[in-house]
Amino acid sequence: MFYAFEQQVTPDILLHSDDVKPLFLEKSFPIVTESEKSARVWSALEKKISPSACHMLMLVWISELPEVDLLLFRYIYKAFKSTESIELNFGDADVLACANIYKKVNQSCHKAIQFVRFQKTSDGVFFAPISPDYNVLSLVAKHFSNRYADQPWIIYDTKRNYGLYYNLHKTTEITFSESPVDNSGKLKAEQLDSEEQLYQQMWKDYFKTMAIKERINLKLQRQHMPVRYWKYLTEMQ
Amino acid sequence: MVKESTLEKLKILADAAKYDVSCASSGTTRGNPNKTLGTAAGWGICHSFTADGRCISLFKILMTNHCIYDCAYCSNRRSNDLKRVAFSPAELAELTIEFYRRNYIEGLFLSSGVIRNPDYTMEQMISVVKKLREEHRFNGYIHMKSIPGASQKLVNIAGMYVDRLSVNIEIPTEESLKKLAPEKDYLSVWKPMKYIKQGILENTEDRKKFRKTPRFVPAGQSTQMIVGATPETDNQILTLASKLYNIDSMKRVYYSGYIHINQNDDRLPALKQPPLVREHRLYQADWLLRFYNFQVNEIVNDANPELDLEVDPKVSWALRHPEFFPIDVNTAPYEAILRIPGVGVLSAKKIITARRYGRLTSYQLQKIGVVMKRAKYFIVCRELPVSTVNEVSPETIRKQLIDEKIKEKDRFQLSFTFD
Repeated sequence: MFYAFEQQVTPDILLHSDDVKPLFLEKSFPIVTESEKSARVWSALEKKISPSACHMLMLVWISELPEVDLLLFRYIYKAFKSTESIELNFGDADVLACANIYKKVNQSCHKAIQFVRFQKTSDGVFFAPISPDYNVLSLVAKHFSNRYADQPWIIYDTKRNYGLYYNLHKTTEITFSESPVDNSGKLKAEQLDSEEQLYQQMWKDYFKTMAIKERINLKLQRQHMPVRYWKYLTEMQ
Repeated sequence: MVKESTLEKLKILADAAKYDVSCASSGTTRGNPNKTLGTAAGWGICHSFTADGRCISLFKILMTNHCIYDCAYCSNRRSNDLKRVAFSPAELAELTIEFYRRNYIEGLFLSSGVIRNPDYTMEQMISVVKKLREEHRFNGYIHMKSIPGASQKLVNIAGMYVDRLSVNIEIPTEESLKKLAPEKDYLSVWKPMKYIKQGILENTEDRKKFRKTPRFVPAGQSTQMIVGATPETDNQILTLASKLYNIDSMKRVYYSGYIHINQNDDRLPALKQPPLVREHRLYQADWLLRFYNFQVNEIVNDANPELDLEVDPKVSWALRHPEFFPIDVNTAPYEAILRIPGVGVLSAKKIITARRYGRLTSYQLQKIGVVMKRAKYFIVCRELPVSTVNEVSPETIRKQLIDEKIKEKDRFQLSFTFD
């Protein structure tokens, strides 16, 4: 971004140094990240757009979608160029695209908060596997450490093979060399607390009982709780 | 210690509690400053969805299914032959905590059959919530049903522990209530509702003087009406609902399509299917009242006492008032944009902000989230208007909208069978 303004050029594509270069290339500019310059851009941006828009850009970046870098580039470029705030200009394709990606990542966070299922282990740690669409574990950690402040827990992203461990004081990142859970996200029976399976059974029975058979609506159920989340949901197994 | 007997009780008492519609866990935000257990999120979190598509947010359960009353519509009535069980307060509190620790639930929704007398029942329930708050230091959400006929003192105590306290009206007119539940009257419902309202008002005053005063029922109250069990019209139901919303602390009125549980009672209609479409339309009308600045007599009135089951209440209103349309989305005020069928609160707000940057086209409206299928008959945007409600007659539009819906349904069913 700094370079674009300094040299008065705008890129058609942003590439990583390891990426294969496209066949037709007019001109390329190698950019080395300089923390001082990027900090200058970021602080200028913070003056230009609201904190909630900054947060939105972070989440859009976390989406890791293809070409999201270029989208963000265009958004920030427009934000700098425009004399008035562009945040609410939903008529603009880039602003709208950012808003939509933000919505998706946010939803993914919310789904993680909804559908985490802890299993109590024999050493008192509550363990939950997740495999979210986006890499949202760091974004939801605070919710869980606030809520379960008095219980140690691990939430493990099996898709990206890392997890967070909360030990009543702080949250740290951990990685297991082999997956700690089976395909349905369950720990081995001998690792579990003696009452864990009874509680799982109670939850399953409770879940089944709560459905009113005169109102069965599986389409609605799937709409709220997409099938891809079912594999780690105790009540759907 | 949990026992096998807990499992059985859980099944019986969950089965008896499931007909209560409310499950919202919204309205209170509470952190966890003492690093104990639980927070309340404010916007509400659903943790699972049952096969009927309803959300499980709170652990909805009865204290007991013993009941001294014999209400025709209730599965726990005295004359039904079923196994009666009860949780002890400690048992129920522990179960709640264990479910909560596993992230199954947002908190507790505690209701109960009336055992011995209303006050005794309330005391039992209060002892559960007290245990949760004081022994388990639980900060999660608690919704408690106030038992009709309970004393003001107990309502006031309960209110100090819970987030939401509610009393169900169940039957929309007193006349019908008398017929189905001869032992109950409206006074026993209004009274606790009034107590809650007073408690909240007094608490608000106290908190102005002493900021540290603990909050009383911070998430307000709600209530529920059964729809289709008695002959009341939608007009009667919605008029009552809008009156209830005049109570400041009334956050939600729920509508519960009647399910024919007690087959042998001839005071009730033998419905094969619960009136789900009607229930849905009532909720839509309820939304119009709360978020779209509609007055109740605009939606239903003496000339149109029932909601149109084929089109939603907003379309229905728009078709009765073609003179109000077309609306120019680029100039009309927010209130007018809200009245366009196919435009929700969010899209309306987006339209207001986005149009500052340029005149909106129908493509942009679609991207914003407007349902153009419905909206197109009622708006003008940057393009030349297509035939709006004034060029085509309301009857034709109504027919087109219904036809489109049927077509869509068929398409879904087709793809379903060939899968």
